[in-house]
Amino acid sequence: MSQYHLDYLEQLESESIHIFREIAAQFERPALLFSGGKDSITLVHLAKKAFAPGKIPFPLMHIDTGHNFPEALEFRDWLVKEVNATLIVRKVEDTIKQRNLTEQKGKFASRNWLQTYTLLDAIEEFKLDCCIGGGRRDEEKARAKERIFSVRDEFGQWNPKLQRPELWNIYNGRIHKGENVRVFPISNWTELDVWNYIRKEKIDLPSIYFSHEREIIEHEGQLIAVSGFIRVDDTDVVQKKKVRYRTVGDMTCTAAVESNATTLDEVINEITSTRISERGETRIDDKVTEAAMEDRKKNGYF
Amino acid sequence: MDLLRFITAGSVDDGKSTLIGRLLYDSKNILIDQLEALERSTKNRSDGSVDLALLTDGLRAEREQGITIDVAYRYFSTPKRKFIIADAPGHVQYTRNMITGASNTNLIIILVDARQGVVEQTRRHSIIASLLKIPHVIVAINKMDLVEYSQDVFNNIAIEYSEVAKQLGLNEVIYIPISALNGDNIVDRSENITWYDGKPLLELLEEIEIDHDINLDDARFQVQFVIRPQTEELHDYRGYAGKVVSGIYRKGDKVRVLPQDIETTISKLEAGGKEVNEVFAPQSVVIQLSDDIDISRGDSIVKTDDLPNVSNELEVLLCWMDEKPLQPGNKYLLQHNSRLVKAIVRNIEYKLDVNTLQQQVPEGSVRLNEVAKATIKTASSLVYDSFARISANGSAVLIDETSNSTVAAVLINS
Repeated sequence: MSQYHLDYLEQLESESIHIFREIAAQFERPALLFSGGKDSITLVHLAKKAFAPGKIPFPLMHIDTGHNFPEALEFRDWLVKEVNATLIVRKVEDTIKQRNLTEQKGKFASRNWLQTYTLLDAIEEFKLDCCIGGGRRDEEKARAKERIFSVRDEFGQWNPKLQRPELWNIYNGRIHKGENVRVFPISNWTELDVWNYIRKEKIDLPSIYFSHEREIIEHEGQLIAVSGFIRVDDTDVVQKKKVRYRTVGDMTCTAAVESNATTLDEVINEITSTRISERGETRIDDKVTEAAMEDRKKNGYF
Repeated sequence: MDLLRFITAGSVDDGKSTLIGRLLYDSKNILIDQLEALERSTKNRSDGSVDLALLTDGLRAEREQGITIDVAYRYFSTPKRKFIIADAPGHVQYTRNMITGASNTNLIIILVDARQGVVEQTRRHSIIASLLKIPHVIVAINKMDLVEYSQDVFNNIAIEYSEVAKQLGLNEVIYIPISALNGDNIVDRSENITWYDGKPLLELLEEIEIDHDINLDDARFQVQFVIRPQTEELHDYRGYAGKVVSGIYRKGDKVRVLPQDIETTISKLEAGGKEVNEVFAPQSVVIQLSDDIDISRGDSIVKTDDLPNVSNELEVLLCWMDEKPLQPGNKYLLQHNSRLVKAIVRNIEYKLDVNTLQQQVPEGSVRLNEVAKATIKTASSLVYDSFARISANGSAVLIDETSNSTVAAVLINS
């Protein structure tokens, strides 16, 4: 093999950096949607590399449901300082009040669906023409068919019928006023690629990605952290277990997995041997209907 | 571990979805919950057994509206390679779909039904593969179980296809007899096809040499973004960020900036924020030059001893991808990597019949899925090579300025 050869992670990295630079050049007001999860942390790392030695030329934006893991928030604030980025936070709580929205009820009442309202308001408030997201095509089948540059109408809707052909490495981000583009720089990465890249680049992660002791209840085979955001019934058995998180979303809709993995190597070993997909294992919301993501995407979801 | 991108091409009933499902399934890239979902949806249908084609099934919107999105991407890996499959549906708008899916691939698997042999679709897929210069071609002769695994059937199809390949200039075509449904020659050697002494499909995909798919001889670089931190310590820093399109650049190289046509030298190279001595395709890098020159997005930096073409008149092949037909004389935007210029399509020389390669006299406009030879005039000069020479520097798209849609793939001839 020649010395002029990129391995698969280097190729993916180069593709993502290329996409980030296209974003910075083509859009006037982009923002990176930052959730505190490993995919968006990877995005920040790639953005940093894309524009070094300059700083990241767009803000990070956190659509805050108020249901975060405290560890993820702490990490967010640390990372923002570390990379010298600008952070915008917009709270779902405020949108609920301003717009008099009805919250979900029930045991795991989630604000996941309501995030869309806050996001669309924030897009309008900051006149964003591009939102950068950490979506990957291996996550599920609606994403598998979405472009890297995904044009949304004024309502934030994805229209699968009107996707632009995306040819070679040429990205067409031209839009009409009021439209915006969601760009997914790590579209072609799989979950394992992200983990391997995090290991290779020694990227810091929030502590909840590693094994720790936590009070949980078991619900339909999934382990949910006890917190003020979920309802613990008399019939629930609260147990202490050693767990880690495979994805980090809201405390109401992210499940933990039992694990003793305290290092990246151990986490990657566990993921490699797991035979359940990331969303299937840890996202409570995706089990509802087969087309859950498709529906949310069409309604302006990330 | 490296990365292979491939596309599968086949007509509707050639078993393309089954093949992809089989590759994912047999290489153990289907996870339990996905399998459960698969079994659930199989139960909702009538026949009972797990239908591998469902793994690549569409969205509800597609089922309800009877549409197919042009391309879906699938991912799997083995200990040897990571694979990205561009899965383009087989029917009506095939030219558009296939070009969208194939534009970034190293390899194409052309599926042929053993009972049908080489048909019009096969010919069309092969013509597109040759237009797009896909480096590697595998002809998978499928449904061998339905022709009693006959060696004669296989040989006859291979002979028939080699004529097509010869005509199109497709080199080093690999032929393989398979049954995607039964898993013959997909991951393991088939016990039913003892006369075939080649490798099973997955092994071929793992081992095909792809290092030479990237041109490392002719150095091409286009500026995507100018990095100017303008901080105290980096006051004078001016870095040209972009992806090396082809070739290798070294510190100290004499370069020419085009289309300005100014010579200078590379003073510093960076990759991922670290200084390096050389960079190569397809790395994303930053180049610094020893002279202060006015350079912006879309400008090219090339070596002085190997120059590309610089012109504002191009001979091209256009693959039309929009419902709205091309009107000769209309103005469009042309995007060549990161360079965006106004363009006018002047003259349509002929239309190319993608089933026969015959040149037809152009009548009226060029419509969706049609391929035409045309002349384009651009408002300012492009720095390019022919698609045949350096595909990554000889490809572009046309954008409709009023709808903002990408309306055509452009392959530059000269």
